[in-house]
Amino acid sequence: MLSSFGYVGILAIVALLFPIGAIITFLLANYLLKLRRPNPAKLTTYECGMDPIGDSWIRFNTRYYLFALLFVVFDVEAVLLYPWAVAYRRLGLYAFVEMAIFIGILLIGYLYAWNKKALEWK
Amino acid sequence: MSPWDIIYNFFPYIGGLISGALSSVLPGWAVYVIMALIGIIGILGFAITGNLAMVWAERRIIGRMQVRLGPNRVGPFGLLQPIADAIKVLTKEDIVPRKADKLLHFLGPTAFLIPAVLAWAVVPFADGTILTDLNIGILYMLAVSSLSLIGLFLAGWGSNNKYSLLGSMRTIAQVVSYEIPMVLSILGVVAIVGSLSMVDIVKAQNIPFIVLQPLGFIVYLIAATAELNRSPFDTLEAESEIVAGYFTEYSGMKFAIFYIAEYFNLLLVASIVTTLFLGGWRGPFLPPYIWFVIKIFLLFFFFMWLRGTLPRFRIDQLMALAWKFLLPLALLNIFLTGLGILAWQALGF
Repeated sequence: MLSSFGYVGILAIVALLFPIGAIITFLLANYLLKLRRPNPAKLTTYECGMDPIGDSWIRFNTRYYLFALLFVVFDVEAVLLYPWAVAYRRLGLYAFVEMAIFIGILLIGYLYAWNKKALEWK
Repeated sequence: MSPWDIIYNFFPYIGGLISGALSSVLPGWAVYVIMALIGIIGILGFAITGNLAMVWAERRIIGRMQVRLGPNRVGPFGLLQPIADAIKVLTKEDIVPRKADKLLHFLGPTAFLIPAVLAWAVVPFADGTILTDLNIGILYMLAVSSLSLIGLFLAGWGSNNKYSLLGSMRTIAQVVSYEIPMVLSILGVVAIVGSLSMVDIVKAQNIPFIVLQPLGFIVYLIAATAELNRSPFDTLEAESEIVAGYFTEYSGMKFAIFYIAEYFNLLLVASIVTTLFLGGWRGPFLPPYIWFVIKIFLLFFFFMWLRGTLPRFRIDQLMALAWKFLLPLALLNIFLTGLGILAWQALGF
């Protein structure tokens, strides 16, 4: 069983080399063909032709945090539901009731979030 | 074996021949590594060829849909256009803005492409024609493909550009929201099959699961389109608002890597839909891998059709669609599938 994961390890090494190799080829072409001709205007941050105002590393709007929180809750739920789904046909009615209770509790939280307008994007 | 058997099981047959020849001269672990590398080269070859074909086909077909010609100068029917693009991309100047975080700027495209390659480990082209049939196949696929978000955010943050940062934050909010209905809509299939292995899922489909899981199929298709950031969900490339989103500050090959990864992901999603809902490699007469490729490209044509037809969503409409429409539908699908399986068992099947 473990040997089937070995292929994933080898693929991971290839996957790492693939983009790095492509970028190194690109940088090499840049060096060999003398493509790089930097000047101060070219190296400024793009902001529709204006000089950039201030830094762009700013604080986020809180709505991103709200969606991230909701995501974490439901993603953990999904991870829990996968083993449930695999074993479902052997467990039968008991598993169905248990899952209904589990999702029911989450649904209450979901409706609360909806009611509190946490699902609005504004 | 008859010639037909060889054509039908072409890749396992060739693989068996090579590994048989190698194992007479090399130790076991070396054969294992070499076979893995051959498989990886084959799969990457397929992905890259498919990538080039799709770039060409998309530009031609979208051109047709928008009543214009599309690229037709380089080679017959513009067939050499992808090669011309590759040469152009390699000979562009590499520009890194002075205020950018150099390391993160470099890591962005790299981290974006790695998961797109990794997920190919469990794509079942045919019975036995799969890099490795993991027993957690579909879970691995979902877990790996959600990692590409890290690359997006590195690119947006490392560029130190307001448009990049806005674009990547929007994209992450969108992808994260659509991930939940996507992950939940697959549960119905998993519950019917009782296994996470991609090969088992295809083998269980005596009728394609699109018939048993129409709701799951629709939810998955919409969520996956949003996950790919393709129109009508391509808010990150809303040129009129945020220029080019997270890859505003990239040029040349680094820019192209984002596109390569996007097309890799598109092929991946098409192959997941094929595997989970359309019966995978199964079909009459033709060899299984041919069926698989035909189904993938039909889905790809569907994605292009969407792009040629629908206008772009606004970001608030997009989030509302994910949280207020697709999520309840996905939960309903799990509930109905659970009831259906219980009823099926009660009837004595």
